[in-house]
Amino acid sequence: MFIRRVMGFSSLVVLLIAGLFIVSCQNNSANGDKKTGSNNETSSVEQNGNMAAGAEQIAKDRNLSPKDVEAALKTYTPSGIYDDYLMFSSGGHSGQVFVIGVPSMRLLKVIAAFTPEPWQGFGYGSEESAKLLKDGDMKSGTKLRWADTHHPALTETNGEYDGQYLFINDKANARVALIDLRDFETKQIIKTPNIISDHGSTFVTPNSEYVIQSSQYATPLPFQEYATMDEYQEKFRGVMALHKFDREKGRIVAEGSFQMELPPYWQDLCDAGKKVSEGWIFCNSINTELATGGIEQGLPPFEAGVSQRDMDYMHVIDLKKAAEVAKQPGKTKEISGVKVISLETSISEGLLYFIPEPKSPHGVDVAPGGEYLVVAGKLDTHATIYSFDKIQKAIKDKNFEGNDVYGVPILTYNDVVAAQLEIGLGPLHTQFDNEGNAYTSVFIESTLAKWKLGPPYNEGEEAWTLTEKIPVQYNIGHTVCAEGDTTSPDGKYCVALNKWSIDRFTAVGPLLPQNFQLIDVSGEKMQLLYDMPIGIGEPHYVQMIKADKLNPWFVYPEVGFNPGTMSVDPDAAKSGGEKIVRSDGKVEVWMTAIRSHFNPEHITVNQGDEVILHITNVERARDATHGFAIEGYNINLSLEPGEANTVKFIADQPGVFPFYCSEFCSALHLEMMGYLLVEPDNT
Amino acid sequence: MNEPIRENDLIFGPRIPKELWKKEKGRFLLPSIIMVLAAFILFISIFFPYWKLTLFAPQYPDGLQASMYVNRLTGDIQEIDGLNHYIGMKPMGEAAVLERTLSIFMIVGLVLLIAGTIFVHSPFALFLCIPAILYPLFFLGDLYFWMRTFGMNLDSRAALSNAIQPFVPPLLGEGKIAQFLTVASWEIGLYMSIAASILIIIGLYYHRKAYKPLIVGSAPNS
Repeated sequence: MFIRRVMGFSSLVVLLIAGLFIVSCQNNSANGDKKTGSNNETSSVEQNGNMAAGAEQIAKDRNLSPKDVEAALKTYTPSGIYDDYLMFSSGGHSGQVFVIGVPSMRLLKVIAAFTPEPWQGFGYGSEESAKLLKDGDMKSGTKLRWADTHHPALTETNGEYDGQYLFINDKANARVALIDLRDFETKQIIKTPNIISDHGSTFVTPNSEYVIQSSQYATPLPFQEYATMDEYQEKFRGVMALHKFDREKGRIVAEGSFQMELPPYWQDLCDAGKKVSEGWIFCNSINTELATGGIEQGLPPFEAGVSQRDMDYMHVIDLKKAAEVAKQPGKTKEISGVKVISLETSISEGLLYFIPEPKSPHGVDVAPGGEYLVVAGKLDTHATIYSFDKIQKAIKDKNFEGNDVYGVPILTYNDVVAAQLEIGLGPLHTQFDNEGNAYTSVFIESTLAKWKLGPPYNEGEEAWTLTEKIPVQYNIGHTVCAEGDTTSPDGKYCVALNKWSIDRFTAVGPLLPQNFQLIDVSGEKMQLLYDMPIGIGEPHYVQMIKADKLNPWFVYPEVGFNPGTMSVDPDAAKSGGEKIVRSDGKVEVWMTAIRSHFNPEHITVNQGDEVILHITNVERARDATHGFAIEGYNINLSLEPGEANTVKFIADQPGVFPFYCSEFCSALHLEMMGYLLVEPDNT
Repeated sequence: MNEPIRENDLIFGPRIPKELWKKEKGRFLLPSIIMVLAAFILFISIFFPYWKLTLFAPQYPDGLQASMYVNRLTGDIQEIDGLNHYIGMKPMGEAAVLERTLSIFMIVGLVLLIAGTIFVHSPFALFLCIPAILYPLFFLGDLYFWMRTFGMNLDSRAALSNAIQPFVPPLLGEGKIAQFLTVASWEIGLYMSIAASILIIIGLYYHRKAYKPLIVGSAPNS
């Protein structure tokens, strides 16, 4: 009896409770849904209701034309909405790389590449950045702490951007930096031996096997040797550096890298062949005159001397064959630790050919299918288009119109040209879209010209015709279109990368920002949408990648991650493992950072001690970055969530030095500090 | 026709006569099937979260979550612990250590007890089942105990100790702690354990229905 009663009672209780749970739970989820739903609904209804009248009034008040309103609607990107494309822009004198969203034209980040940058803790005490910067210094020991970045190159797979890495060159000192697009940080800086200035860099082959870097202003080879200007033809040389990229390691590697000796013609921009022309490299040159300047001696200045001849030489390099030759013993000589293929070997092995190209050419851009090379000459009104097939035929038939002074065979101009198209004054660089159009920047007349490629892109009358020009403000240098230098351009947007802005923006003193102008190229007519001032350095080339090709980390994948090695640092400080270890003349500290404290907070050392701090940001939350700055010691690190970094310095100043978190991390950010106590050495 | 079965064979209860088993298999299988199902559901509940706490604040647009399984905590535990240190709350990992360590053994024990009703045909079967029936209540009670222990014992030296009064977070529904909106919800594992309790009660009903008539003098139709 008792059992029965208990059974009956307990079942009633359980059933009741279960019922309650279910009811209360339903209420709960229903409330939650309603909350988010209703918020959105009310706001959108309000907006829609007042849209037409309100917008018209605003346009009237702000004196905006219907075209302006259209442009605004095409670029406005509401809070929390992401851009379709990202631009990676060279940072010019800043020595950095800018990341800009399209179509919003919002600056998202300035990636420290060559120049110390305090926010990212680049070059202010961290061991990782100190090593990187040192790798980029002159071998003599001279520190290089600025760069003139010109041409970014995203890594490619089958001729398309793969969003993994980015290369950028330093024209001023002939260097290449490599940025990992998982954390948008520089991982490698190379000071290229044998050259001191480069313009034709960086470009990658369609599967990023090689990073192309050609020298610009010729210097004696080897670079360390001295020669006078009278010895220009004999001792000065250009160099084509081919850096082997090891994707597995995520680094440029010495094994497989080589250089080619070139005449001192001031090699200019290059491009790698793609699809049908894969395995070839094309580079312009501008000083086939072998001009040596000397205005002070009454000789023609460079600007005139270099522009004397009507034709310069496009360099056509058989990369595939050159890489084979570089592997063969006896075919290269080692200069400054690098294998160099001599000019004689290049000629005898058939690695190098010249093609006449109109005076002072600038860009050489390979069409999406690789069939055409578009060369624009700064002092010529035409774009000259060469056919890769015709070039191959001329090489096969030895159809040469002569040799240059160094003996390099020159292909017969008329037999390799596919077309010449009158573009305008000062055409420079060309990009492509997905409909067989080419877009050429026209510097002197400040326009972007749109024209139609020939077959197979356009047939018959349409082929090789100029269709439209849009004025840009002002002095356009490069232009970039969405994935416009790949095997599958997207069209949609082009950006005019203008050198001058003159009157476009509110005056900010005599040094003016550059002007990036976003142009919609999706319609019948090109439409200027937006002006973005660049006030950090003069950018040159830019690449625009579909944003969804990038897959960056939100935080470092594990706590204690060293961005230099891209793996967990065995020396990283761990939570609970914080300690201070003293030995003779050395204090080593394992420190953690978390909102809102460092541990330890007191570090006492003797004056003259070597202090080594291993600091780990043990946070896992997105955006929970901590800084670590020691006042008076020129030290600042950026410790992103999970990141471990090491700082080494000599405590040479006695006294009490606060250290603090230099990122506003939390409400108690100001309290996130500690003291470095340096006991004076009284002996 | 049969030997009389003694009422006081309390522990195992009556055995099923062979002829009756052949004739009315369903009647005896039903409670066993229900009990096995309940035991199974209870067992697999250990692979599912029982309880979830979601915290919303402006700087956490996706919210922070802590999911509680019988033997572990998952989700943004480190982040929540990091925030809790400001108010002087102990890390969540220090709560219910014993319960979490023993939970799997405990549930396996409950499962075996439930399975015991297949062999125990007496009303004593209820005693085998009571722990499992009450288990969801025990879980919630224990959860409440730890929430109270943690919420009421904040470290007075913590940065925000003056700004926050000791509190008990709700077991279910919304709460508010500083800038955080907290939403506690019951998860599939807990519902599974409740479903197991209900199934057990239903199973017990059919259990009695099947076996009670076998007891001499209690079945009107035998």
